[in-house]
Amino acid sequence: MAVSRRVVLRFPRSLVDQPIVSKLIRDYNLDFNILKASVSPREEGLLVLELMGQSKDFDKAMAYLTEAGVVTQPLSRDIRRNEQRCTDCGACVVMCPTGAFEVDEVTRKVLFEDTKCIACELCLLTCPPRAMELTF
Amino acid sequence: MPKTIAEINEKIRKGQAVVVNAEEVVEIVKKMGMSKAAQEVDVVTTGTFGPMCSSGAYFNVGHTKPKIKLGGGRSYLNDIPVYTGLAAVDVFLGATAIPDDDPRNKVYPGHFNYGGGHVIEDLVAGKDVRLSSTAYGTDCYPRKKLDTWINIKDMNQATLFNVRNAYQNYNIAVNVSDKMIYTYMGVLKPNLGNANYCSAGQLSPLLNDPYYKTVGIGTKIFLGGGVGYVAWQGTQHAPDSLRGDNGVPKRGAGTLAVIGDMKQMSPRYLVGTSFLGYGCTMTVGIGLPIPILSEEILQYTTVTDDEIFAAVIDYSDAYPNYKPDILGEASYGQLRSGKIEMDGKEIPTAALSSYPRALEIANTLKEWIKKGDFALTDPVELIPGVEQGVTFKPLNERPVEEK
Ligand code: SF4
Ligand code: SF4
Repeated sequence: MAVSRRVVLRFPRSLVDQPIVSKLIRDYNLDFNILKASVSPREEGLLVLELMGQSKDFDKAMAYLTEAGVVTQPLSRDIRRNEQRCTDCGACVVMCPTGAFEVDEVTRKVLFEDTKCIACELCLLTCPPRAMELTF
Repeated sequence: MPKTIAEINEKIRKGQAVVVNAEEVVEIVKKMGMSKAAQEVDVVTTGTFGPMCSSGAYFNVGHTKPKIKLGGGRSYLNDIPVYTGLAAVDVFLGATAIPDDDPRNKVYPGHFNYGGGHVIEDLVAGKDVRLSSTAYGTDCYPRKKLDTWINIKDMNQATLFNVRNAYQNYNIAVNVSDKMIYTYMGVLKPNLGNANYCSAGQLSPLLNDPYYKTVGIGTKIFLGGGVGYVAWQGTQHAPDSLRGDNGVPKRGAGTLAVIGDMKQMSPRYLVGTSFLGYGCTMTVGIGLPIPILSEEILQYTTVTDDEIFAAVIDYSDAYPNYKPDILGEASYGQLRSGKIEMDGKEIPTAALSSYPRALEIANTLKEWIKKGDFALTDPVELIPGVEQGVTFKPLNERPVEEK
């Protein structure tokens, strides 16, 4: 069965410069999109990937990552914006750690790019009209 | 030649009035020059859409059979307490009211998911709300309990009455402490992590009429998606606030009290709003038409975001402790660029009031006037200006001695 899943990968410092992802893609026949990549001040790596491939390959790939010492976490929760409730104020722009919100320079409307969202949930309670919603 | 409101209304009635919004007027004056533009342009429309806590509404819910006197007892709309110290079935609901059993900040920061502003939004959306009351009962009002659904269309009056709206300018809020703080200006991250501001800037009503030359009691406005009126100066009206060379206040200054029939308003422009760790409020949409009666009045409407400044204030200390200190100033042009600089540090900025919706309001008002649906009113009296000596004082506390 073909699947497409979003996963959060946390790399301890010792693994940051290892070719783990290239091995993952090569050996398990997965396609991927990088949704977010960053290295924290403590030099831990954070990678959010969308992985596409066969279900059994995906499971094997996750097992490989765990064994290699990468902490994996499915991005099963999804953050959506209720477009009816969003007032385009912009309060969320400074709250989001991944820069998923951007103000259009011309219209000043607040654009939400959900592929950048890692479902950290920080915007949920800080959006004044509560336009950001969590779905499972 | 200066125009009068009656002359402008004559043109509005004929569908010939030249109406532009406060953004468009800037280009027009650049192209035509001030004096030609003052002849051409009849009305400049403004708009603002932001959280405004001193908002509320009063209702006459109609008499029950047998009758009940709500005053002296307790009444709630969707569990939000309303003020009943009026005649039998008149109640007042404030935008920041919250349920008696809301945990508030006991679990810090409190969520404040539903309050008075949300009830107002639900009512104008046409939703039924629950009115529950207890009363003490009298010979003329014997009933002691009431629990019913009620709809805005069944009320005798549902009147929005906001005692302070449309602040002429506002603070830019930052946090210099090392812990996160939760304020009515939003979540402020430690060590100047963000700077939040709240004004429509160049589109904002009173920033386009900085000396209140046209706005006063009875001025007809766009309010909450319908028609409303300026009722009075707003609370904390402070015309004596610090102004720039262009006359535009650089701090919070003038305010308006506004009133209007809620039955013709819309949930798009009255939005229940929650501030984490602070409370509930309501985001209100207001549009003020400015009649171009003279070149001077036109000149004021051409103000741009780069010419309007506000003060950066520390909400971890200066604001709560009522200290006059400011950390600096920034223009709305800078704020809208996404960051401001303070002491060589770049601070990301966020707005709490929506510029796109303020523009939508200014444009809606423009269309109403152009179509001849909305005539201007001559105010009965202008709101107090700098020369009237109205000031904004702190409370003079005089400790009460126990006898
Ligand atoms: S804070 Fe909420 S309402 Fe404001 S722009 Fe962001 S999502 Fe929209
Ligand atoms: S949940 Fe909200 S704040 Fe967190 S990453 Fe997604 S959009 Fe940004």
